[in-house]
Amino acid sequence: MTANIEESVEPGIEPALRAEALESLLLERGLIDRKTVDTFIQTYETAVGPMNGAKVVAKAWTDPEYKRWLLEDGSAAIGSLGFKGPQGEHMVVVENTSTVHNVVVCTLCSCYPWPVLGLPPSWYKDPAYRSRVVKEPRAVLAEWGTELGPDVEVRVHDSSSEVRYLVLPERPVGTESMSEEDLAGLVTRDAMVGVRRVSAP
Amino acid sequence: MTLPIVAAPTLDLDVEGPAAPPRSNGELVFAEPWEGRVFGLTMALVHGGRISYETFRTSLIERIAAWEAAAPPGEGFSYYRCWLQALEQVLAGAGLVGPDQVTERSAAYARRPVGHDHRHDHEHGHDHVD
Repeated sequence: MTANIEESVEPGIEPALRAEALESLLLERGLIDRKTVDTFIQTYETAVGPMNGAKVVAKAWTDPEYKRWLLEDGSAAIGSLGFKGPQGEHMVVVENTSTVHNVVVCTLCSCYPWPVLGLPPSWYKDPAYRSRVVKEPRAVLAEWGTELGPDVEVRVHDSSSEVRYLVLPERPVGTESMSEEDLAGLVTRDAMVGVRRVSAP
Repeated sequence: MTLPIVAAPTLDLDVEGPAAPPRSNGELVFAEPWEGRVFGLTMALVHGGRISYETFRTSLIERIAAWEAAAPPGEGFSYYRCWLQALEQVLAGAGLVGPDQVTERSAAYARRPVGHDHRHDHEHGHDHVD
């Protein structure tokens, strides 16, 4: 039988204290070192985030060869820009068009493509989003301001233990003269999860 | 090419500047410091080969499902609370840290006097001169 963690939590003991106790026990036993812990935290707080995915998207918008590669072998094309690491081993990039709209969820927990988007926002982890976007994707997307016509097919991708999805949003009209760098500035995390479109500036 | 100075680009590359809090599209990556600690602990344990991420993930899925099946009254969903429980479960299962040990130590921490943030492994005052 699995240890019942709930029962072992004394009432009134905050998770912050349990976390602190756990860390001190792990340190004492030599199971971790503090520097590695700090490095992981700092990396995901400051260095890895949606700006990475935005660069991938902007490159795909401006370089047809890269786009072809990205849709064919997401992990390799993304890795070529230096974006690698945990939760990015099996990347699949799905393209939004005028007739297909992709949106990503992890119904069981919170699987998310860390190397290109960083850690997931709270709404992505929320039970409501995780269950509703599968059952009524059009309604959920409309709440995000993404109204889709009946002629647009909605594809909901459930991240499995293996695959992590990244949505390649549609390039907004009126951005033809923008540079790759400026385009990257338009691409948001929400657009790469598929709940919003990218707007022209 | 020049970037407008007033309208800061959405993707500010100066993310490590001293004034830049850890944010991801406007939201704090970790709402509270302990959330970052348990994330870092987990990744360090995976990195060091002490636990497998897949085992952890399976446990995380279980804890989230358990919360959803019977949410404690009045308690909002806390993702990192589930994460911490999952990590404890995996560490207990691997025989690395028992839940009772975590409970005992955190209970001791809870009894710390306000303003003291270090453990008292020694008695105060016993060998002070006068």
